[in-house]
Amino acid sequence: MNEFELKYKPFGERSILIEWPKIISEKVLESVLLCKDKLENYKFKERVYIKSAYNSILITYDVTINNFYGKVLTLKDILYTNFATKKSSYKFWKIPVCYDFDFGIDLEEVSKNNGIEIPEIIRLHSSTIYRIYFLGFLPGFLYLGGLDNRLHFSRKNTPRLKVKKGSVAIGGSQTGIYPTESPGGWNIIGKTPIDFFYVYDENPCFAQAGDKIQFISVTKMEYEQIAKSIESKTYVMESEVFDG
Amino acid sequence: MVRVLHPGFYTSIQDLGRKDYQHLGVPISGAMDLEAAKLANAILDNNEHCAVLEMTMVGPKLEFTCNSTVSVTGANLSPTLNGVRINNYLAINVNKGDVIEFGSLTKGLRSYLAVSSGFQTALVLNSRSMYKGITQTTLLQKGDMLTIEPESFISNKNATIRPNTDYMENHKIQVYKGPEFYKLNEIQISSLFDKDFTIAKENNRMAYQLNELIENNLKDIITSLVLPGTVQLTPSGKLIVLMRDCQTTGGYPRVLQLSEISINNLAQKFVGNKIKFRLMS
Repeated sequence: MNEFELKYKPFGERSILIEWPKIISEKVLESVLLCKDKLENYKFKERVYIKSAYNSILITYDVTINNFYGKVLTLKDILYTNFATKKSSYKFWKIPVCYDFDFGIDLEEVSKNNGIEIPEIIRLHSSTIYRIYFLGFLPGFLYLGGLDNRLHFSRKNTPRLKVKKGSVAIGGSQTGIYPTESPGGWNIIGKTPIDFFYVYDENPCFAQAGDKIQFISVTKMEYEQIAKSIESKTYVMESEVFDG
Repeated sequence: MVRVLHPGFYTSIQDLGRKDYQHLGVPISGAMDLEAAKLANAILDNNEHCAVLEMTMVGPKLEFTCNSTVSVTGANLSPTLNGVRINNYLAINVNKGDVIEFGSLTKGLRSYLAVSSGFQTALVLNSRSMYKGITQTTLLQKGDMLTIEPESFISNKNATIRPNTDYMENHKIQVYKGPEFYKLNEIQISSLFDKDFTIAKENNRMAYQLNELIENNLKDIITSLVLPGTVQLTPSGKLIVLMRDCQTTGGYPRVLQLSEISINNLAQKFVGNKIKFRLMS
């Protein structure tokens, strides 16, 4: 099943790190997600917690690992056995973003620095379909792959102490959404009214690793309307399901 | 109920942490010194998942509006019950109207107060551990009323525990090789294990920074997964030891990983304390 050579490393007393080659690519992501799926569907004897990033999976056991090599053999069995896992289906989410100057406070700087007119920045940013590689940094923060090269722009030397919740930003070769107010050094180009993390839900984040998203440019008036319908819980997110 | 007459310096509700949502970027949180928190519960025959108070450096002043039994573990903050000194690591009956107060810090940094059946503050994502953005409050405030289960009878919990509290003064921190340890050269490795490191003033529930630098030529890694106890080597050569409230992912090389016991040990250290890493096989 796996064209990649995987490395298994002990990580402290309770965790095992599985590493893929050091590249960021959709191919690696597919392999990581398939393995994660197999691990999540396996009935471990112990309680385990599984999380993934660009090119790694971390399995944390609730108890100390006494026999690392024994555990690795079990993991290899799970990953290399081609038992039929129910194929995960992924979702395609459409995220409204208002690229108004009131929200996109760094639009002009990105425009000047990268030599691109602002409407073109908005067009490039909202025409790409981004893949969610994993979540991390903050609850509900999506690591997205696929930002157009022309929009790459390095982080600010001094991070802002407060970036507003919902800010859509560019940091180096990445783009992302601040799910909560937090300090941050990325360049802010817009804002979404969508909540990416809702603590009182059993499933606090609608998006998951493997899903795709696209930003839809909306006017300030549309932004306000969506924000209102989110507040009154009548907003329905646009999404499509596709098979992984 | 427990009325907070004075919140202390940095007092929060903690349990064993929020482990089920790490894949969504939610920090685990939980008591910084997990063993001390578990022991506080064990003394009262509580389930180990019961929420306790974590008190840092300067303890709170608390008034009980019902009967309960309490225990205090971890750092010694000179606790008193109605002005009379009480000991750590004992079950102590508390009556309606009693006041527990803390005094000077004589050992460690973080102390834990358990009550019978645990504090019943809001359960958010399967944990009561306070964390900004997840729970509504992050720290205790003056005037807070904390829900506890009243005890109608005087319980007779006298489990005598002879705790070993020497770990708080042990400056040896047990570590394992981290995922990027192999990238270190001999000079870096020997300075990691020969040097005494000093806890920087930047130390909190998220991370402890260390003052002494390691010469560093390592590039950042592709953002990967980290854990409480992960030691990161930053581009400036500064070491950062991640603690219970740490993020779930990071991009600095992960050179070491603390043993579970050593995370508890480090949680009892404060600015200026010295530590030395000891490599476990």
